[in-house]
Amino acid sequence: MTDFAQVLADGLMNGAIYGLVAAGLSLIWGVMDVINFAHGEFLMAAMYVCYWVGVLIGLDPLISWVLTGAFLFLLSAVSYKVVVRRCIGKSAMAPLLATFGLSIFLKNFCLNMFTPNFRLLSGTFLEGMVFNFFGMAIPAPQLAASLFSLVMLYVLYYFVKRTRTGWAIQATAMDKEAAELMGIDTERIFTLVFGLGGACVGIAGGFMASYLAVFPEVGTLFSLIAFVVVALGGFGSIPGALCAAILIGLVESFAGFYIAPVIKYVAVFALYIVVILIRPKGLFGW
Amino acid sequence: MVEPAGKNRSVEGRVWIALVAALALLAVIPGAIGNRFYAHVLVLILLYASMAQSWNILGGYCGQVSFGHSVFFGIGAYGAGMAMVKYGTVPWPGVIIGAILAAAVSAVISWPCFKLRGHYFAIATFAIVEIFGRLFLVWDWIGGALGLDYPIMDDSWKYFLWSSDKTGYYAGALVLFVLVFGVVRRMERTRLGYYMRAVREGQETAESLGVNSSLVKLMAMALSAFFAALCGAFFAQYNYRVDPPMVVSLDMSMKFVLITILGGMGTFWGPLLGAAVLIPLQEYTRTYLASLGPGVDQMIYGLLIIFMMMRQPRGIMGFIGEFSGKAGKTAKKGGDDNAAS
Repeated sequence: MTDFAQVLADGLMNGAIYGLVAAGLSLIWGVMDVINFAHGEFLMAAMYVCYWVGVLIGLDPLISWVLTGAFLFLLSAVSYKVVVRRCIGKSAMAPLLATFGLSIFLKNFCLNMFTPNFRLLSGTFLEGMVFNFFGMAIPAPQLAASLFSLVMLYVLYYFVKRTRTGWAIQATAMDKEAAELMGIDTERIFTLVFGLGGACVGIAGGFMASYLAVFPEVGTLFSLIAFVVVALGGFGSIPGALCAAILIGLVESFAGFYIAPVIKYVAVFALYIVVILIRPKGLFGW
Repeated sequence: MVEPAGKNRSVEGRVWIALVAALALLAVIPGAIGNRFYAHVLVLILLYASMAQSWNILGGYCGQVSFGHSVFFGIGAYGAGMAMVKYGTVPWPGVIIGAILAAAVSAVISWPCFKLRGHYFAIATFAIVEIFGRLFLVWDWIGGALGLDYPIMDDSWKYFLWSSDKTGYYAGALVLFVLVFGVVRRMERTRLGYYMRAVREGQETAESLGVNSSLVKLMAMALSAFFAALCGAFFAQYNYRVDPPMVVSLDMSMKFVLITILGGMGTFWGPLLGAAVLIPLQEYTRTYLASLGPGVDQMIYGLLIIFMMMRQPRGIMGFIGEFSGKAGKTAKKGGDDNAAS
């Protein structure tokens, strides 16, 4: 029974973090119909920033997430301005492949600069802290990351649904031309959306660096999971992404514990294939 | 994309025959490819051109951009590998079984995936690669994560293995190249070829004219997977080994896609042009930029992709179209969709 509770808790915590990683992707996909293939590498970049800020200045991940979020907002907005903007509308696959090129570049840039070694930030405030509930061991860094992810997801959701800028984003997603006629600067909205997508993954990466080792390939698996989460949740839907992410987190942790650790991602991706057989546009898609 | 007119096609035919003859002469003249590095680059160009052309059948002509071709590539590679290592025989039966199996697997995969459009299709094919890649890693019968290491053997056509000299591999790659490109060239003119392009241009329209789009896509997929598996078998023979990350990975899938797109998707020459540019670039940067530390060649590769997508997503063939479009603007009587992009 405690096994079950422990596995459940792990799944929920991982799911919440996947939710924040995927929300950024989902937002970009929903508004611009672009898959940002460099999403995982943005996560990696955020983790490296958090790591180096921690090592060089001694800033704790609990604070440096603000920095990684801001840095990724900039990086992402700049990649939109420089690369993605020039690819949209040329062919359906051009933005995806261009961001794939960007991901190769970023990955190998970090490989070149920081070697392929695994680096784990040590001496953080929450390091080694574990809460015990009814026999479950909940490591504090993961708990903090997942709770914070939920908060950030709510903030993002509130921003999109309740603010004027959020309405402009929604309008742009629904009909770009009509939004332009209403006086919305869609170019700025696109930049903002790309930046926000980067900021989400930046904040998630900042927190993840407190308990996960950083290396150039770290983002690859996360970006695949994020793709599946977004497609499973139905694109553009933040609640959908969260539900799908929690589902993926649970499947991953249960399959890993009760079947075999090596099977956990097979189960995740197989679940996705099964779901799209029944609902080709995802659980919450239309 | 403009259909080659009858006259263009006969010119193209002559170019094609001349090219094959020239490539064949290289293999026959002793010492023409004596330098092992040149031979290596040539073999890789022919291999990757064949891979890209096999992808082009489904992705270019039929318009279904799949990121799952490394699965078929891997099945083919393991077909040859299993025959050689597990059963200790010649690779040929394994090659045939692998290719047929890959076509069968592709047909099964098609069933869920072809319901999806656009990005959903792309993501489903990523998921398939991950599933197969991870299953291959834990499947002990085929060697698990360690993969299959070829025994040391004498050079021979029987085993299709050479260690001292690459002429044999070159000849083999040329046969593969002529086979894949030849079939695609024939296919362009068959009913299936026209149906495939019709599905690409508009599935609903094609269906309304009586094209069974599901069947057409399925056949394109199976043909594409069959040839991808043949390329995989060659790859295993060439490398003397096969393991899961080497063949079934997203990076390998991306190679299929990128070479074709770099050259020009949905064109006959695109895959060859893409491979002829990308492979030497990759091999030479890897050799000459090694002093700058790891990853520099890949950084250049990434930048090249970004540049290409920004400048001309239709690849080298698109550039050629731009130039010839400018030169013969007055002679041509419209119909070119270059202007739209």
